Amino acid sequence: MGKFLHAFFSPLGFRRAVPQVWDGFQTNIKLMVIAELLVLFFALLVAIVRGLPGRGAFPLRALAIGYTDFFRGTPLILVAYVWGFGIPALHAGFISNRSLFQYGIIALTLVYTAYVTEVYRAGIESVHPSQRMAARSLGLTYAQTLRHVVLPQAIRRVVPPLLNDFIGLQKDTAIITVIGVTEALAQAGFYSNDFFLYTGYTVAAVFFVILTIPFARFTDRLIKERERRERAQLV
Amino acid sequence: MSADGHFVTLAGVTKRFDELTVLREIDLSVDLHQVVCLIGASGSGKSTLLRCVNCLETVDAGTIVVDGQTITNGSIDVNTLRRKIGIVFQAFNLFPHMTVMQNITLAPRKTRGLSKGEARTQARDLLTRIGLLDKADEYPDRLSGGQQQRVAIARALAMSPKLMLLDEITSALDPQLVSEVLNLIRELANTGMTMIIAAHEMGFAHEVGDKVCFLDAGVILEEGPPEQIFSSPREERTRQFLARIIEAGRL
Repeated sequence: MGKFLHAFFSPLGFRRAVPQVWDGFQTNIKLMVIAELLVLFFALLVAIVRGLPGRGAFPLRALAIGYTDFFRGTPLILVAYVWGFGIPALHAGFISNRSLFQYGIIALTLVYTAYVTEVYRAGIESVHPSQRMAARSLGLTYAQTLRHVVLPQAIRRVVPPLLNDFIGLQKDTAIITVIGVTEALAQAGFYSNDFFLYTGYTVAAVFFVILTIPFARFTDRLIKERERRERAQLV
Repeated sequence: MSADGHFVTLAGVTKRFDELTVLREIDLSVDLHQVVCLIGASGSGKSTLLRCVNCLETVDAGTIVVDGQTITNGSIDVNTLRRKIGIVFQAFNLFPHMTVMQNITLAPRKTRGLSKGEARTQARDLLTRIGLLDKADEYPDRLSGGQQQRVAIARALAMSPKLMLLDEITSALDPQLVSEVLNLIRELANTGMTMIIAAHEMGFAHEVGDKVCFLDAGVILEEGPPEQIFSSPREERTRQFLARIIEAGRL
């Protein structure tokens, strides 16, 4: 027991590990913020493409479906390897000359966009067809209906599952360590190698948890606030 | 106005959903300022007929002419057509994420190019007319069914339509809320609005209808002035239908 406490919860170890792991954790924060913004944008785009009506849009729809099927089924660690090691080895100019950080962003965005596309799509499909019908019967175009009637309702409904995927993304930024991006997990590893203490991992875990909790509470509040405003009061 | 003088003309309109024929060679004409009521059992094709008139459904055969424009040959811009035809649905279909004001001003702003101020002024006039100005900033879910349906009517009127299609607009309402909606429609009829009404309330169809059409299994079995249809129907099926309605206490 004493050995265990010493290895994972050494008070002296904490004091020395916190600054070092924090150094790496800032990279995790950058990875997650940039990837999340990209994912929010691209996933919405792919979800919209998947929902396009008509026979003419079939090739685009097929492309969107192929993309989500492929990247939802591929392990992130594999995608990270391909971009971090495979693409630079091609020596193909611009695409092979990116930083490891940028390859990390690409891998995270590719995989999580596929997940979040499905979340958006579920939201879009949950909006009752009568809402589209009402909007179209007022003379709004397909795009106007999507923009003003369908998406606002769809996005509100998917905030909780969206948050869930983002917590997943935040944690998975640690995977990017495998291609050599020096983030929190890497720093924790360096620390444990230097001092033969695992307290660095505990510190990294605490950082990740601390980051997700306010995010979750914020979303709860957002949802409650909206309920209060829009829903009929229970008597 | 079309060459034959009618505002809306349906000729031989047929609509199928897979194997099921919902409308069978429907001929119907509606004049400007005329109120036409469609009556008949559920599934007789009333709603489908209304939806064909503003291209929410495509027809399989026949032609529909609205305001001199043939809408069934695929060459018209449905968005332009729909801007002059208002439709109100049984289930209101208000946009739940928007306030009453936003519900009413959305389409005029986006499709008629009204500024926010112009659209709001117009919406306030409409809300005053339907007696709900104090609800302008409420969300639909906070209103009663009758109030929601009045807002839906105002939303349609905000596009200044030349024709209104009403699809059983009182059948989702509690009985005590029906009259507030019917009063509004009565007022619309008095101002000369051209309307096609799929009606559930026979008394109301009798009162405001210039012409009543009885639909049975996708066919207009009988049409005529309300006095004739309600007091001396020629067809046996019409008599049976009306007898059932009287039995149910809805006339």
